[in-house]
Amino acid sequence: MSAPSSARDQVNRLLALVPYLQGRGAVRVDEAARDFGVSPRTIRRDINVLLFCGLPGLGMGDLIDIDFEAFEGEDVIRLSNADYLTRPLRLDTTEAAALVVGLRALLEGSGAPEREVVERTLRKVEEAAGEAAGIANQVELLPEDAAEHALRERLGTAVAQRRQVRLSHRSAVRDEVTSRVVDPIAVTGSGGHTYLDAWCQLVEDRRLFRLDRIADAEILDTAVTEHAELPPLDLAQGIFRPAPDALLATLRLTSSARWVSEYFPVESAVEEADGGLTVELRVGDPSWLVRLMLRLGGSATLVSPASLAEEISATAEQALARYL
Amino acid sequence: MSARKSERLVNLLITLLVARGYVPKDRLRQVIPDYRDAATEESFEKMFERDKDDLRALGVPIEVGGFDPLFEDEQGYRIVRSAFELPEIDLEADEAAVIGLAARVWQQAGLASATTDALRKLRAAGVEVDRSALDVAQPQLANDEPAFEAFWQAVSARRPVSFSYRSTRAATPAVRRLEPWGVVSYRSRWYAVGHDLDRGEQRLFRLSRVVGDVELTGPPGSFTVPEGTDIRALTGLLAPETPERTAVVRVREARAVALRHRAAQQTHGVEPGWDRLEVGFARTETLVDELVSYGPDVVVESPADLRDGVVARLRGTLSGAAGAA
Repeated sequence: MSAPSSARDQVNRLLALVPYLQGRGAVRVDEAARDFGVSPRTIRRDINVLLFCGLPGLGMGDLIDIDFEAFEGEDVIRLSNADYLTRPLRLDTTEAAALVVGLRALLEGSGAPEREVVERTLRKVEEAAGEAAGIANQVELLPEDAAEHALRERLGTAVAQRRQVRLSHRSAVRDEVTSRVVDPIAVTGSGGHTYLDAWCQLVEDRRLFRLDRIADAEILDTAVTEHAELPPLDLAQGIFRPAPDALLATLRLTSSARWVSEYFPVESAVEEADGGLTVELRVGDPSWLVRLMLRLGGSATLVSPASLAEEISATAEQALARYL
Repeated sequence: MSARKSERLVNLLITLLVARGYVPKDRLRQVIPDYRDAATEESFEKMFERDKDDLRALGVPIEVGGFDPLFEDEQGYRIVRSAFELPEIDLEADEAAVIGLAARVWQQAGLASATTDALRKLRAAGVEVDRSALDVAQPQLANDEPAFEAFWQAVSARRPVSFSYRSTRAATPAVRRLEPWGVVSYRSRWYAVGHDLDRGEQRLFRLSRVVGDVELTGPPGSFTVPEGTDIRALTGLLAPETPERTAVVRVREARAVALRHRAAQQTHGVEPGWDRLEVGFARTETLVDELVSYGPDVVVESPADLRDGVVARLRGTLSGAAGAA
């Protein structure tokens, strides 16, 4: 994967192109270009190299034969006189492992009926790749939880069939279980978790539901409303997207609480001399911040807003009183 | 010039492939035009060495040998066809479609191009790779970790690496040195597992925490992975730990819903408005994190270290708040 020279790239292509063309008789330049994922111009340049290749001596009968009239006149390639190159080069270790790991990823994501064909393919590819596939064993894909996997498939079906779903969801922020009907938009992943992106009829807004917090999901017979037409969210920037006018809190983190600035999007972060950080972050629901601060214990303090800092102290005192 | 070089490489390859035995270097100098035209023996040698490296980098197996007892100096080169050619691979239409899907799993540029190369070879071997839809979920392996390809390369070549690693606890990344044994994907993240050269033990690194470039610090084959190493087992700390102990907690009615979901036992109404739960756990600190966040809705009854952990955390919150005030 180091930057290969262009000659190396070209030779790699030529070694596949020669058997490909010989096996097919006459091939249009644009067809070969499509199959090889390159421009027709690249294929023409490749042919111009092959015109000068052949058996040692490179005399008239030694050269690879390309029907020049068909090539120049009709943009069609007919290649012959290269029966020593009828098979492509073996897969190298990177190619073999990339393909084998790709197939394994497919296997993890497949339901029972499709598993059989993926397994069959994997066996054949591993056999053809031989030792080169060995490094694929150094790559592990840990499967997700079986229950979550089943739920993901069920929700995927609901998205595909455009049907509403009744969810029973455990909210971590509000610490309650709610039942709601949603219009599923997509099943998507971010930061190591899978979410259902959906329009929620209960709050009449779009919501993300983490799959491991969905207690139950029932696919309904009713069709989704127009809200399901929303384009799926791009979660590349993470899933916390508090409104810009949400409460702004300032936290002083000691070094052991620095992870907060990694897990949640912060508006600003200032390094402190003791290895800590002072951060500002937007808070959608104040009860979320109360829970976070309790968890952080003494490793973080809430600088502002003061009213919320008081609420946190009061909550901690109340909790502590139960042990006295 | 690159077309001319490609031409030379292909001709060298064909010469070595069709020869019956080892081809001596001086014979190559006669039959390959660029070698013949080389001004000096030295410039020929240089060109030939580079060409051999280029072909080998593509995976072309060039063997050296042929010490004929009659011609002592006649060292030669050859390519054995069986080691060169892709073995027969006969794929059904549905299998070919699966190959097309597997090729799209990779988002990393280098591996995506490696699968493209693999697909070309399969097409050249007569497989009609069909990209039409097949009813299989299309997974995509995480792609937001720029360090992945360097680690992949280091793992496959058994080369040690050195890199800057950002831990959650420190302000500045620290340089770490690792013999990477494998890479692991879990919950859409990539990890490298291997022997940490500074700590002298097995460690796991999350690749998204690697800062900047990964340096390969040794030649290929610098280390061996101990026999019987189970990469999957080494990643045990990624999977949830087995609960070995049991916590007994009192919980306000209808509160702590996530905790209830995991509880092995629930006794309702142990006193008015309160339930009692038994919950398995592995690490005290992790459970303290959760329990303390429920505030006054949860009270730990046992074990004592868990109870002490929650109390200490609550006291910490109060003293921190007092310090800030």
